[in-house]
Amino acid sequence: MSTVGRGWRSRLRLLRRNPPLRLPSTLRQLGILGMNERNGDYISIYNKRKFYPLVDDKLKTKQLALEAGIATPELYGVIEIEHQVRDLDEMLGDRQDFVIKPAQGSGGNGIMVIGGRRGNQFLRSSGVSVSRSELEHFISNVLSGMYSLGGLPDKAIIEYRVKPHAVFDAVSFQGVPDIRTIVFRGVPVASMVRLPTRQSDGKANLHQGAIGAGIDLATGKTVDGVWFNSVLDSHPDSGNAVRGIQVPDWQLLLELAARSYDLTQLGYLGVDVVLDAEHGPLVLEYNARPGLNIQLANQMGLRSRLEKVRALDSVPASAAARVALGQELFGE
Amino acid sequence: MKDLHLKILALILIVSALGLCYYKIDRLGVPLTPQSSAQVWTAEATVRFNGENQSAKIDLAVPKSPPGFSVLDENFISAGFGLATDDEGANRVVQWAARNLRGPQTLYYRVVLTEDNSANRDRTQPTPDYPDIPEYSDPERAAVFTLLDSVRARSADTSSFAQELLRRFNDPSPEAEVKVLRDDAASNLAQVEQLRHILAGARIPSRIAHVLPLTGSLRHGALVPWLEVYNGERWLAFNPRTGAAGFPNDALVWYAGDMPLVDIEGADDASVQFSALKTSRDVMGLAQQRARLINSDVLEYSLLSLPLATQNTYKILLTVPLGALVVVLLRNFIGLRTFGTFMPVLIALAFRETELIWGCILFSVLVALGLIIRFYLERLKLLLVPRLASMLTIVILLMAGVSVISHKLGMEHGLSIALFPMVILAMTIERMSIVWDENGPKDAMLSGLGSLAVAAVGFVVMTHPLAEYLAFVFPELLLLVLAFTLLAGRYTGYRLSELWRFRASARAITSKQ
Repeated sequence: MSTVGRGWRSRLRLLRRNPPLRLPSTLRQLGILGMNERNGDYISIYNKRKFYPLVDDKLKTKQLALEAGIATPELYGVIEIEHQVRDLDEMLGDRQDFVIKPAQGSGGNGIMVIGGRRGNQFLRSSGVSVSRSELEHFISNVLSGMYSLGGLPDKAIIEYRVKPHAVFDAVSFQGVPDIRTIVFRGVPVASMVRLPTRQSDGKANLHQGAIGAGIDLATGKTVDGVWFNSVLDSHPDSGNAVRGIQVPDWQLLLELAARSYDLTQLGYLGVDVVLDAEHGPLVLEYNARPGLNIQLANQMGLRSRLEKVRALDSVPASAAARVALGQELFGE
Repeated sequence: MKDLHLKILALILIVSALGLCYYKIDRLGVPLTPQSSAQVWTAEATVRFNGENQSAKIDLAVPKSPPGFSVLDENFISAGFGLATDDEGANRVVQWAARNLRGPQTLYYRVVLTEDNSANRDRTQPTPDYPDIPEYSDPERAAVFTLLDSVRARSADTSSFAQELLRRFNDPSPEAEVKVLRDDAASNLAQVEQLRHILAGARIPSRIAHVLPLTGSLRHGALVPWLEVYNGERWLAFNPRTGAAGFPNDALVWYAGDMPLVDIEGADDASVQFSALKTSRDVMGLAQQRARLINSDVLEYSLLSLPLATQNTYKILLTVPLGALVVVLLRNFIGLRTFGTFMPVLIALAFRETELIWGCILFSVLVALGLIIRFYLERLKLLLVPRLASMLTIVILLMAGVSVISHKLGMEHGLSIALFPMVILAMTIERMSIVWDENGPKDAMLSGLGSLAVAAVGFVVMTHPLAEYLAFVFPELLLLVLAFTLLAGRYTGYRLSELWRFRASARAITSKQ
């Protein structure tokens, strides 16, 4: 009887310390940004609609970035109509690995990573082999808009396959970790690295089980990681520590992110960067509606940070100065 | 102030919606709740007389803004007669005139009324003179003053005075002085005249109101006398038999005072007969008629002026904004996820035919079967548009199949599946299968259930009889919905689901601090 009572009581104590619902006032006090506020007070005000196509179409992003001298994965070719699939061999030349993705894809959907070729057999990074006809079917799905925002006809981009920098090898399972930075009015306000796990099937998507680890803006070192909804300090697959990893070229990476504001004109922007073993930080894509998970990964509320930047009368014109400002305001 | 522009816009919408709504309720009598019909009385006075080969003039008293009723229509049926109406104080008189009348003649006055509790309750016209104390005969004199003195001792004002007098006068075992004054054999009219005679002893102005009791279908009816006394401000009515104050709801006041009901010159044998008929009429028809009487175009240009079939379409269409409102509430305030923004509203429209439980069952069955086939189609590597076309065909075949099977099993609800929006279903299945592949079954099921939940709530709201009625009869109320959705467009607070979603963030931040 007494053990039952104790179990019940301790469960109640646990529930009180960690209630299933938080009061809006608590969330507000902790500075957590909600979806409605992000959409209503930031995206709809700071992101002008006419600039959306620049980030929604990855081909346009690439061309713009190229002109501005921002590094992105090298473009091998674009397939715009069904029968250009025949030109695939010409586009690829003798390259063994490449990535196919929709120009207007969203949420990392519809991306096929090919790690090797044997005649008409292509080897996906997951180890599954696909025939040429399956590859063509995939491309035609992309063209018909299956993965695109709004389901409109799309283009397929064939580009360089990123070789992940070794720094995250110990804490990622397959896939490519990417670094998401939120840039508000050109000032970096928060950053995290998304580490694929076995559970996320090599995808860098927190929702599907990737680890999100916050990065200290001042130093470029990772803080604790978050997996689903709990804080963890070691990778669930490898057991290696997630905390304290120094992101290489950190200053360069932040500057890339800050310069992206000048490029896209979007006041509230998510910049996704991958670290390539040979080419260093490459901008993978921009996001005009970056998610809220970065708050959990960094164990901080975005709201209070955004408000600090919003309160500034003006932000410095140079990207380097904005990086310095962000590091000063939000570094730990 | 934050979003001042938006708030002013919303305020303008709200004020104009409520203003128009109030006008329709107050001035046109459009009811706020769905009632299909209202009581309408048609009262008729028939005047018969004999012409005497000379010109004749017939004056008939007719109702003038009778208390408790509003007049919808009036007819004077009198071929060959000149017609004029004239106001005389509290009364109205219609005057028919004709030359060289011979033989029996019939004139009709017909009035169509509806009960209206707010109409003309106060009777102030005309202001009377205070009567002189009559010359009572000797035994009468003592009885009147004894009675009046004892009534005065037990009353505070004219109203209670009259009631007390009526109580004593009608007492089944009357006091001695009442016995002297009361003549049980006298007619109602004579008794009320006697009451006036007594009241004059206290110098209280009084008159007789002639009312037509409206009961069921009345034929060969006659007017009943009612007592009215003047309290210095207005005329108060009393039942001369019971002393109950006011006119009963079903009494139509025809005229009041000393004038005759009918006054004929140049003819004889005049008689007046009353009849009344109670019918129920469409409430909206009534409101339209009333709008026409006060020259208001509001209902003339409303949906009610459309052909009936079109009206029925709009009855459904006008509830769609309510469904959209439900979507806004459940998505932006609660945080449910759905497939497509307004797909649940279309599903909810389909539920109108299937009803809720069966609608949910049929929807789930169709989507589940469709998903299974969609997963099979995935293996065939079809292009998008042909695949969607195939799904559409398959969905329609599935619907037909479910209808036939459920009909054979005697479940007639399965037949109404034909009204499901098949294109929407095909798209839902397609998107659900993509979410299933990319984000896993859990996400797909969550969004699917979310859609179903929103559709169910939307259905309940959209098909509520009151909501349906208000949206159709008061379409301006949709401006309220618009105002609310506009305001919701700037709601930047947390969603209910986020209070749960961010619990881990909150815990992490709290423990870090």
